[in-house]
Amino acid sequence: MTVLPGADDSALHLPSAAEGPALVADGVTKEYRLGEQVIYAVKDVSIQVQPGEFVALVGPSGSGKTSLLAILAGLLRPSTGSVRIADEEIGMLSDRALTRFRRRNIGFTFQANNLLPYLTVLENVTLMLSLNGRTTPAAVAWAKDLLAQLGLEDRLNNLPSQLSGGQQQRVSIARALIHRPAVVLADEPTASLDTERAFQVVKTFADLIHDNRRAGIIVTHDLRMVRYVDRVIQMRDGVLERVLDQREEILALAEGAP
Amino acid sequence: MLAFKEMTRNVGRFASISSVIALITVLILFLSGLGEGLALGNRQFIERIQGELLVYQDTADLQIAASQFDRSIIASVRRVPGVEDVGAIGFSSTVIRPPSQSNAAGDEEGLRVSLLGVEPDRPGEPAVREGTTFSSSSANEAILGRQAALRSGARLGDIITIRSTQGAVDESYDLRVVGIADGQQYQISPGLIVPLITFDRVKPKGDTRADETSLVFNVVAVRGAPGIETEELKAAIEREVRSVEATDLVTAYENIPGYTAQRSTVDTQTGFTLIIGILVVGGFFQIQTLQKLGQIGMLKAIGASNGLVAWSTVLQIVFTNLIGVALGAIGTALLAASFPATVPIVFRQGNVLIAVSGLLIIGPLGGLVALRAALQVEPLTALGLGK
Repeated sequence: MTVLPGADDSALHLPSAAEGPALVADGVTKEYRLGEQVIYAVKDVSIQVQPGEFVALVGPSGSGKTSLLAILAGLLRPSTGSVRIADEEIGMLSDRALTRFRRRNIGFTFQANNLLPYLTVLENVTLMLSLNGRTTPAAVAWAKDLLAQLGLEDRLNNLPSQLSGGQQQRVSIARALIHRPAVVLADEPTASLDTERAFQVVKTFADLIHDNRRAGIIVTHDLRMVRYVDRVIQMRDGVLERVLDQREEILALAEGAP
Repeated sequence: MLAFKEMTRNVGRFASISSVIALITVLILFLSGLGEGLALGNRQFIERIQGELLVYQDTADLQIAASQFDRSIIASVRRVPGVEDVGAIGFSSTVIRPPSQSNAAGDEEGLRVSLLGVEPDRPGEPAVREGTTFSSSSANEAILGRQAALRSGARLGDIITIRSTQGAVDESYDLRVVGIADGQQYQISPGLIVPLITFDRVKPKGDTRADETSLVFNVVAVRGAPGIETEELKAAIEREVRSVEATDLVTAYENIPGYTAQRSTVDTQTGFTLIIGILVVGGFFQIQTLQKLGQIGMLKAIGASNGLVAWSTVLQIVFTNLIGVALGAIGTALLAASFPATVPIVFRQGNVLIAVSGLLIIGPLGGLVALRAALQVEPLTALGLGK
């Protein structure tokens, strides 16, 4: 079991894993108008993710999975519908409040530009603590423990350029979790990794989500990676095409992937 | 702090732009110093006249060389109500030989100086820093401006020889140095000040048959009575004395041929250099910002505020600029200290402060574009969805 080390959530004044759904999207639609034509990036999508649940958003290019992730992250405002995270209706927040909300309640890993190249591994991870004003000695010790759990204990003072792609993604996972967010979102985190490292990264991610009862959503085009998730949401043309939540179905999808 | 960590871990990149700013600083400070040095070299004698006005022939169009007076003008101007004292001043040029070469026959080398004739104890006679003033209006004595003393090597009590063409004959005159004054340059030449009658005798002239009793000089310096306004005095002189034009000292030196053109040329060069500085600094930081769009987008996505991003950008620009300007100022001081006295570069506190302030402003000004670019980055960029 890979539990976030250190003190409990309340001792560090950070959000605790909520009871009930960590994330609720209700009837979310994002439309763009090109003259008379209306294009739906996301159309009437409703999902819930529980604490400790790891969900994969899959689908072909242009299916709307990244747009949906952006809406769930509060990076893109939906045309209609609502998103609730940690009991907060994020569509009601001002831009400034939304930025503050993301800083406290959401953890991110991205496909690229994940780490600041001029910060060391430890500094990249504690960046989230700095942004939240929580850079205490205890929190820094906690970041070191987390990095040690991810096998990076001897890389604390290395710059990202001195790490492999897989190591960099593990650092970004640590950064996404260090401030104990309610929701952790990952956009194609394995896109630039070889198969073996990609499996390692997603498995590590899944373990941390499960063990620490955070709600995790991963966007991936690589169906082989879904073997570690609890639910797969397939999208096509902006709508939910199907949802797989049975282990056998998910494994069949993963093993049938090219 | 993000801004400083990025700078300390990319020293080469930020040092390169600081070096460019340092070079621009050197260029601007030197241009500013050169402009001041040239201006000072033109106006120093006139600026230090202990009076308020210069009186010219009205047909001279405020050109000193074109203005010619004889003795009668002195009494006329002195009689004008509000005039406290007047002094005739003659302007010419000559060559002095340093003391060691004064007796060397056929020596063609020497120091070109402005030969200035003044009346003892009258407006126009410079304040003497060392030594004494003239003993009489016809004494074979000289007061050297600081530059003339430095460059000729002459000291108090030395006999210097000046060369002067009289008609078709080259004559030499010996003068004893009785005083050293602060800078007395005129028309970019060091000043050699002699009593007016001596001036009339030793100045270069084309006609040696002229009546020796007709003392000729160029302008009259006027000191007004306490409390009288310069404009009022000027109007009174022009009203009471026929065929003259009076002007204040600033207008007088601004009318020295080439003075204004020279100043505006140097000022234009300085201005363009500042604009180049803005473009260089702006270009560098804009390119750097464009290279970091992904990073900035990621920072905003994970919750960094626009304020933090803006503050980091501004800090980097200001700090890089500050280092560049400081290095440039130190470099300029070291270079200037190694220059010989002949180089007309003068650093005045006010001018240096203006130049340095301008340089400190150009960085942030140039960086405004980069700041705008940084603020416009959307957090969506992190997901590849930005505009």
